[in-house]
Amino acid sequence: MKNRKHKAKVFRPTAFSFPYLAVTVVFVIVPLILVLVYAFRGDDGSFTFGNFAKVFTQKENLIQLGRTLEIAALSTALCLLLAYPVAYILASKPFNKMAILALLFIIPMWINFMLRIFALQSVLTAIGIPKSFWAATIGMVYDFFPYMLLPIYTVMSKLDKSYIEASTDLGADSVQTFFKVTLPLSLPGVISGVSMVFMPIFSSYAITKMMGDAKTTVIGAKIASLFENQSYGNYGYGAALSFVLLVIVLLVMLLSNFLTNRTQKAPKGGVA
Amino acid sequence: MNKGRAKLALSVKWIVLIAVLAFIYLPLLMIIVYSFSSSPSVGGEFGQFTFGLYRKLFQNRDLLDATKNTLVIGLVSALFSTILGTTAAVGIHYMRRKIRGVVDTASQITVVNAEIVTAMAFFVLMIFLRDTIKLPVRFSLTWLIITHTVITTPYVILNVSPRLKQLNPNLLEASMDLGAGPMRSLITVMLPQLAGAMVSGFALAFTLSLDDFVVTNINSFGSNINTISTFIYAGIRKRGIPVEIRALSTIIFVVVLTVLIVYNVIKNKKAKDAAKKHAK
Repeated sequence: MKNRKHKAKVFRPTAFSFPYLAVTVVFVIVPLILVLVYAFRGDDGSFTFGNFAKVFTQKENLIQLGRTLEIAALSTALCLLLAYPVAYILASKPFNKMAILALLFIIPMWINFMLRIFALQSVLTAIGIPKSFWAATIGMVYDFFPYMLLPIYTVMSKLDKSYIEASTDLGADSVQTFFKVTLPLSLPGVISGVSMVFMPIFSSYAITKMMGDAKTTVIGAKIASLFENQSYGNYGYGAALSFVLLVIVLLVMLLSNFLTNRTQKAPKGGVA
Repeated sequence: MNKGRAKLALSVKWIVLIAVLAFIYLPLLMIIVYSFSSSPSVGGEFGQFTFGLYRKLFQNRDLLDATKNTLVIGLVSALFSTILGTTAAVGIHYMRRKIRGVVDTASQITVVNAEIVTAMAFFVLMIFLRDTIKLPVRFSLTWLIITHTVITTPYVILNVSPRLKQLNPNLLEASMDLGAGPMRSLITVMLPQLAGAMVSGFALAFTLSLDDFVVTNINSFGSNINTISTFIYAGIRKRGIPVEIRALSTIIFVVVLTVLIVYNVIKNKKAKDAAKKHAK
């Protein structure tokens, strides 16, 4: 590129990205700015903090946010509890030679989640489990399990086996080896699995609607309902609520980046 | 003694795997079995073996429309996002590091954001275009295709970019120096090298679109367009889910399972053959 700079009007390959950049500006960045504008706009079009005041003063919102955090944390923990041993087993001998076996655990990712939830709910109804907080939690775990499993399994199966051999050679038993070697080295997979499950639960109001009782909803349901009514009074309020959610997303992301950097640095330092 | 313990450990591992597989597949299996039943509910008395639900499925106009919409939105948006994502990846590849960082971050916005926020940002954009600027636009199939294209394009970029890094960096320039125009260079020189990554990008965009609910649901308010996801959701809230969903689910489960297993068996076989050749 450098030696062609003097030529005027020369086509730069970067121009190939211009259509995409235009799309991103119009359909991603402008809408987010509009959300911000609507969030600070009153019914009469004037500037206001009223929408944000409504978000934080209405007790219902805080309760729902609390419930969302509760169900997200619980579902993520259960997913992890289920996925970690499975990933560990799948990456160990002799299972690591059976490629199709691992695939069987991941396949649900490719099936429409609504159909899977419908299937699960039919079975729960058949065995007499009513719509409830716990049914919704089972639904979340059922839906998000492959997204927790895949990153952990990927890290585990690429784990350098010589570390584990070194640990056993140096006299550690299998329990010690697991806690001192395997677990710390698999943490990046765990962190990416957790972030792939925790955040999407905020938006997954379809599952709580299908499997939960009236009390079990996530904050996404509230936002969706505000827009469903199609009245301008609600848009500002909904936008403010979304903006708060956006800030939460950013905080969670920063936290997960911070944790990833820390866990990835540690083993590297040890080896060097 | 030691051998016995190893055997025990192995069987425990098998039990864990089979238990989790049962948790995953039993509900799907139940739906498949009861798609041939005359029973009004899954898990009830099986009744008679019948293809009745399949017949009903092909008479349910609304459900067939929803299926058609799902496929049309999925295929068209995946096609657009593959074109847009591939050209974007090529362009980004040749950017200076600093600018590339900014563009990469921008392209990750919809990936990391809560889907409900992305969905309602699209909604607000439409309201703004329609009511404030007064453009003749509305919530429609086209709008859903646009929104799906926007959310799936970053995944195509993520698929194509790593492949670009493996290519000779002078390829495009060489082609242009030899007199081919930029479009011709892209199509005849770059695209053949990127074909594999583009196909997997297309497949990913397609499945993400099929699976989408939140963006579709919020951006179809005020239109009567349904996809399979929103059809089922509407069913719970209003008229109840029709029994023929079982037949549709069965068809989808079987198609997805077959495609994935066949694809992977072929891929594994190819990898093995290549390894054998290499050994020779």
